[in-house]
Amino acid sequence: MTDTTEPAARGQDFERSLAQSDTRVAQFAEDRRGVVGTIQHILHGNPTLVPIIVLLVSIGVFGLIAGERFFSPFNLTLIMQQVSIIGMLAAAQSLIILTAGIDLSVAAVMVLMSVIAGNLAVYMGVPSILALPVAFAGGAAAGLLNGLLVTRVKLPPFIVTLGTWNIFYALNLWLSGAQSIRSQDIDAEAPLLKFFGNAVDIGDARITYGSILMFVTFGVLWYLLNKTAWGRHVYAVGDDKEAAELAGIRTDRTLMSVYMLAGLVCAIAAWSSIGRVGSISPQAFYEGNLQSITAVVIGGISLFGGRGSVLGALFGALIVGVFQSGLRLAGVDVLWQVFAIGWLIILAVAIDQWIRKVSG
Amino acid sequence: MKTLFIGAATLALATGGAWAADIGACLITKTDTNPFFVKMKEGAQQGAKENGIKLSTFAGKLDGDVETQIAAVETCIASGAKGILITPSDSRALAPVVTQARDAGLLVIALDTPFEPADVADATFATDNFKAGELIGQWAKAKLGDGAADAKIAFLDLNPSEVSVDYLRDQGFMQGFGIDIKNPTDIGDEDDPRIVGHDVTNGNEEGGRMAMENLLQRDPSVNVVYTINEPAAAGAYEALKAMGREDKVLIVSVDGGCPGVQNIADGVIGATSMQFPLLMASKGIEAIKHFAETGEKPQNTEGLDFYNTGVELISDEPVDGLPSKTSAEGLKMCWG
Repeated sequence: MTDTTEPAARGQDFERSLAQSDTRVAQFAEDRRGVVGTIQHILHGNPTLVPIIVLLVSIGVFGLIAGERFFSPFNLTLIMQQVSIIGMLAAAQSLIILTAGIDLSVAAVMVLMSVIAGNLAVYMGVPSILALPVAFAGGAAAGLLNGLLVTRVKLPPFIVTLGTWNIFYALNLWLSGAQSIRSQDIDAEAPLLKFFGNAVDIGDARITYGSILMFVTFGVLWYLLNKTAWGRHVYAVGDDKEAAELAGIRTDRTLMSVYMLAGLVCAIAAWSSIGRVGSISPQAFYEGNLQSITAVVIGGISLFGGRGSVLGALFGALIVGVFQSGLRLAGVDVLWQVFAIGWLIILAVAIDQWIRKVSG
Repeated sequence: MKTLFIGAATLALATGGAWAADIGACLITKTDTNPFFVKMKEGAQQGAKENGIKLSTFAGKLDGDVETQIAAVETCIASGAKGILITPSDSRALAPVVTQARDAGLLVIALDTPFEPADVADATFATDNFKAGELIGQWAKAKLGDGAADAKIAFLDLNPSEVSVDYLRDQGFMQGFGIDIKNPTDIGDEDDPRIVGHDVTNGNEEGGRMAMENLLQRDPSVNVVYTINEPAAAGAYEALKAMGREDKVLIVSVDGGCPGVQNIADGVIGATSMQFPLLMASKGIEAIKHFAETGEKPQNTEGLDFYNTGVELISDEPVDGLPSKTSAEGLKMCWG
């Protein structure tokens, strides 16, 4: 690049020859992209932009179809309540998916922990303040089991969590005797378990502590992933585990911490779910695993790991909630909700693939 | 240990030999999670013990899990059992495999949920689900009095596949309440302006809450809520309570599980129709034994296409002309 037309620099006078050299630092060639290319590039740099746009557009469209009932502050905050549990599960799920894994056991861990907390507090007379930490520890332990099987036994996360999903589900049925714990019994024995069902009313808007918890959880995870060394390690492991290993990251330890944190988030979600559902039901959230993956995928987090923002999963969950609420308010049969969400998943991944072409 | 034993017994039956004299029976329920089926299993196990029958039990993973039930029927045929008691997760989809079982010489009895048509099975031992719905419909109508003419009714049904137990209870309620039901096997084809809408609950609390919230969004003035079962009713109550409307709404349900009856005592549910799962299962076991010994098949209740195991209206607010039992009496005969 430094093409000096003068005769070779004299003596040790290197500086002089530099004067005419190119002063630009290394950079990529900037081709002319056109409008589409520019959009593609912007989207590539801002992974949460697509879900935000989809969310805003779908709110607008359903607002037009379903009318002002949809747009009311009450309904918009109701959607937040309705997605608050799946949103928490999606937060846990996105941690695992960022490491190029998948966790089929999130909902089973959550339900199991709610049953444990409920049995301890309602039937065995353990104060809620002690029963809840037991459930949190249980969630982290469930995550640890997944993590150990993935890193030490070296099984694929899909297989590990497919197995533990069944294991946790069976334990949940065994512990609960397949019976729900009634809402009234929880009120009488352990009202603290329903803490996240309380709400703040601002005009018509009703924001439950559970929906606030969801936003706070996403905020904390966003901070951890984007502002700490641990977060960089998670992305590095997800993008290329071997390269991360060579760069000196203790990848197994990072993976283990991710699984444990995800398990802990599921246990916190369990607490929130008691407030939301009222009862502790061993048969609730059977499809929660897949719903959490749906939210993550619609939120633009790559299933191949290492790409996407955890906030995307939040928007993904909200998009699903907006679709369900909008279609129901418009009087559409429930099966068309399922149909629409199916297309959303495919569309989300197709857009993700298209955006990735920028770096390809 | 129990599964091991059952597995061993099944194997022994399949190989015949010294065990051939024993009568084998299978119980296939929709799920292992719903207390209704847990109770049914207890009833069958108790009946099997009393009658000296080797019982194998199977269950789907969730309501609507057809594949697991088909595999269970196939396993049961292979085991050489004399009869199958089954609550089909899908009253139409399981017909072919059940026909196979009958062709192989097994007695097939549907419990709780009839097949479509009912004669796919040799017999059906069930609650009259239409009647169960009708009773709570009549109760709600009588309770509202003149207000019934401009009631706002929300329907919390089971799932999108509209199985028989779902439409029978739903349409029975309408009949009892005085709504023109149009096609009796179709949920949602009615045009009575009192209907706010239908939503699905999967028969659990979480689904009940979500469905109630959705329907309240469509019309906040809902004052009657029909629910497919008591867990769904408990979820609906939570949604109503969150909106401060729990005292303005009548919730009615079907099942008669002990937590549900307790919820009648607590004023959560206004009235429920109680069914008798223990009876269905123990009668079913007896029928299989009778069939194995004599080759005779059970008879239906006269005038019905199934054997009626009875239904009882439970409410703490009785209405004229409609016999009912109180929650205190109900707690003595509830299941689960």
